[in-house]
Amino acid sequence: MKKELLFITVIGIDKKGIVARVSNLLYENDINIEDINQKIMEGYFVMTMLVDMNDSKTPLEDVRSKLEKIGKEMNLKIQIQHENIFKMMHRV
Amino acid sequence: MAITIDEVYETTSMTLYQNLDIRTTTLGINLKPCIDSDFDKFRKNVYELVYQNARKLIDETKKLESKYGVPIVNKRISVTPVSLIMESHCTREKYLQMAITLDKAAEDAGIDFIGGFGALVQKGMTASDKLLVESLPEVLSKTQRVCSFLNVGTNVAGMNLDAVNLLGKMLKETAKKSENAIGCAKFVVLVNAPEDNPFMAGAFHGIGEADLTLNIGISGPGVVRSVVEKNKDGDLTDLSETIKRTTFKITRAGELIGRELAKNMKIPFGIVDISLASTTAEGDSVARIIEQFGIERIGTHGSTLAIALLMDAVKKGGAMASGNVGGLSGTFIPVSEDTGMIEAVQKGALSLDKLESLTSVCSVGLDMFAIPGDTPEETINAIIGDELAIGIINNKTTAVRVIPVPGKKAGDSVNYGGLLGNVPVMKVNKYSAKNFMRRGGRLPAPVTSMRN
Repeated sequence: MKKELLFITVIGIDKKGIVARVSNLLYENDINIEDINQKIMEGYFVMTMLVDMNDSKTPLEDVRSKLEKIGKEMNLKIQIQHENIFKMMHRV
Repeated sequence: MAITIDEVYETTSMTLYQNLDIRTTTLGINLKPCIDSDFDKFRKNVYELVYQNARKLIDETKKLESKYGVPIVNKRISVTPVSLIMESHCTREKYLQMAITLDKAAEDAGIDFIGGFGALVQKGMTASDKLLVESLPEVLSKTQRVCSFLNVGTNVAGMNLDAVNLLGKMLKETAKKSENAIGCAKFVVLVNAPEDNPFMAGAFHGIGEADLTLNIGISGPGVVRSVVEKNKDGDLTDLSETIKRTTFKITRAGELIGRELAKNMKIPFGIVDISLASTTAEGDSVARIIEQFGIERIGTHGSTLAIALLMDAVKKGGAMASGNVGGLSGTFIPVSEDTGMIEAVQKGALSLDKLESLTSVCSVGLDMFAIPGDTPEETINAIIGDELAIGIINNKTTAVRVIPVPGKKAGDSVNYGGLLGNVPVMKVNKYSAKNFMRRGGRLPAPVTSMRN
């Protein structure tokens, strides 16, 4: 089945509810989570989610602004980017 | 192999914290089909073609910014050298009207700069070329967005000193007509000007190009500075390898976005220009990279070696990353657009003489620097001649964008506000080259051009 894969990156201080709030937003917008990873890097909590937007009717720009709203409320940096850019930059 | 969390974090950090962006997407437009014997119709054709394509560029660019989370800072247009399309309409008044048409099309479409109001005069000047140069003080002071260029030499033609000798006078007139001489910031004189350069003020749509073509300028001084900062003890080869790897990644982002943008617009993709381009944003400075190498301030002894290393590593990394590298692909060290450069001049670390020597190891030229307004015309011409000789002899592009600021002397500064900030006025040599420059004529092509 065709997939539209994007990475969501969350950077900041770890706290309760990050996964819950982001996952809930994704569920509400019909976006499937394919993979989740988290790690402490350079002193920051970093979480990446690989998500499939193929079934979602919500425009990417709206998902981006909803994620940014969560980021603002929880004092986190949240970014969403198509997986192609990571493939181009990190795989020859 | 799946992308790891470390790789995602590295890319995301570049966009969030290190000013990674696509510096410019420049759409080249062939204006030759617009030519008409009826000048009003001709202008209308130009307006429509520029406006429609510019709108399309802006709309498609927005979609990709959102998809990849990478800002595309500037959307610009370059056009066929205007002196070519004006051959049968060459009066000063019509030149000004054409400039106003281009300015309006750019403004209405939401484009900040439109390049190509210039001429290729490396061997000689046509009547149209001469009128274009004569029209520049008015054009550059009465329009906001129109950028102008003059290519006065190539490696195979030599240099047209007669054309250079027109520029000191033209620049001083332009300076007088525009506030703080800002009109001069929109004019660049070059040798070996590339036909696919996406960066202003020297961008134009070359005569060997298709009707439309898209060229991309990447960025990334902030990203390079950040990796150099983490490499405190590596020797020069280590440093070079670190920069190469990083430039590869930055260029790949440009390659991806450029090709996709061209595909979405259904036009041919031209080139990626891999120049590191500074901005006055904190940390987004080529001078700061050099400082991270261990040079106290750019301009002191060791700076030329440092820039040479940086340039070569950037080119090697970038060349691997893109199918078509082109444009200028050097490193820009514009004085007024780089906080580290501005400080170096203010502290006395960087002189005009040293700046010129830095450009010989592959920066693009003497860019965006202010000099006293009472500098004699011949001295301005001689500054241009010196810089362009470096390009001719070394088979590279060099350029000059100089701002002689009326009423200012060396050590003063000019406050342009916004991105340009406070520009220091640099000292020029007080001795004259007048009797040499007035000889005029052409500098013969160097022997290295005889390759057939």
